[in-house]
Amino acid sequence: MYAFEYHRPTSIGQAATLATEVEDVKFLAGGHTLLPTMKMRLAAPASLIDLSQIAELHGIERSAESITIGAMTKHAEVVNSSEIRESIPALAEMAELIGDPHVRHRGTIGGSVANNDPSADYPAACLALNATIITNKREIAADDFFQGIFTTALEEGEIITRVSFPIPSRAAYAKFRHPASRYALVGVFVAERGNDVRLAVTGAGADGVFRVPEMEQSLSRHFAPDALEGIIIPPEGMNGDIHADAAYRAHLVGIMARRAVQAAASRG
Amino acid sequence: MTTVSLTVNGQSVTADVDPRTLLVQFLRENLRLTGTHVGCDTSQCGACVVHLNGQAVKACTVLAVQADASVVTTIEGLAQGGELHPMQAAFREHHGLQCGYCTPGMIMAAVDMVNRKGSNLDEQTIRAELEGNLCRCTGYHNIVKAVAAGAQAMVQNPVRQAAE
Repeated sequence: MYAFEYHRPTSIGQAATLATEVEDVKFLAGGHTLLPTMKMRLAAPASLIDLSQIAELHGIERSAESITIGAMTKHAEVVNSSEIRESIPALAEMAELIGDPHVRHRGTIGGSVANNDPSADYPAACLALNATIITNKREIAADDFFQGIFTTALEEGEIITRVSFPIPSRAAYAKFRHPASRYALVGVFVAERGNDVRLAVTGAGADGVFRVPEMEQSLSRHFAPDALEGIIIPPEGMNGDIHADAAYRAHLVGIMARRAVQAAASRG
Repeated sequence: MTTVSLTVNGQSVTADVDPRTLLVQFLRENLRLTGTHVGCDTSQCGACVVHLNGQAVKACTVLAVQADASVVTTIEGLAQGGELHPMQAAFREHHGLQCGYCTPGMIMAAVDMVNRKGSNLDEQTIRAELEGNLCRCTGYHNIVKAVAAGAQAMVQNPVRQAAE
């Protein structure tokens, strides 16, 4: 990788100030996407601002209504959090499907959300659970945050501080993993909260994570796999590559949606 | 250059490094600890797994500067007083290697697995937990047997486990 300047602030304020003062900045979270990207010279920032020593970005908090996760919280911490296991088990189960154990010791929720990889798991969880992405400047609803592959509502120098998830009545994530990369070929996260059902798909969309309103409406009337019968996902707008073409992914969306609903419904 | 200070296998180390130096490069080239291998260099294969503050990580995807003020254990740090760590001994006993290239990462991953999951590991758990470590020789069969036996041996020999 090309040379860069390295900065390690200890507060969000310092990090935000640095970002305005130094040229061509990238924020470094767990580094498990950014560092490989820099090695391949697909990114060559002049400066890295390492967020790992900022205490305000760590920690998991539970209230009656929500779980709020600090941006630098690692996937393994989400997997092992008893608060999350009790309130949103689907979220802990999703985190356990990311990468491998070593990757989960480094990768962070903030990094995954900010990167918005079209095959990443967290964007689907955020969208289905109606999360709020909290930054050093504002709060952004997940519906407004994810804006296409590797594209988000974040402005230059804006730092995700926390992600807040309303606690659903039941939820589940079903993932068809690519066996080598362990990213989602297709992943479906479904969440029911009162009469509101949200269903989000990652890995499939040519434009990144998306919701399926037709499935959501049918599930809000009857939350069971058979509510999805007859709903066809067309291949138009799906991603196609050497691993799976658009028609295959479109078909998988229906399969994984049924599995996710089945798993969520069985939570009673 | 940026100064890093960390503890590697119980020894304090301070050095000036280019910020782009990877932890695995720092271990191998600065400290000459060449037991940690570079396989794929893309965070897939696990040949470079070391423990960073007690957790298994892929040292090809961590900068040396990110390990500042941390405690690192490499494969060289496992054996105590010339005696193999129980997990190393189990890999030898069960022939858990052929060419040996993936072995340091496998053993560091296996010790981390026992630290997290305990010593009673069934085959399914071991295979799932090793998904971040690739072996191109053995077909994993003897590696899985070695991890199961090494996990049991770590409990039967708690002194050496604590030394890790």
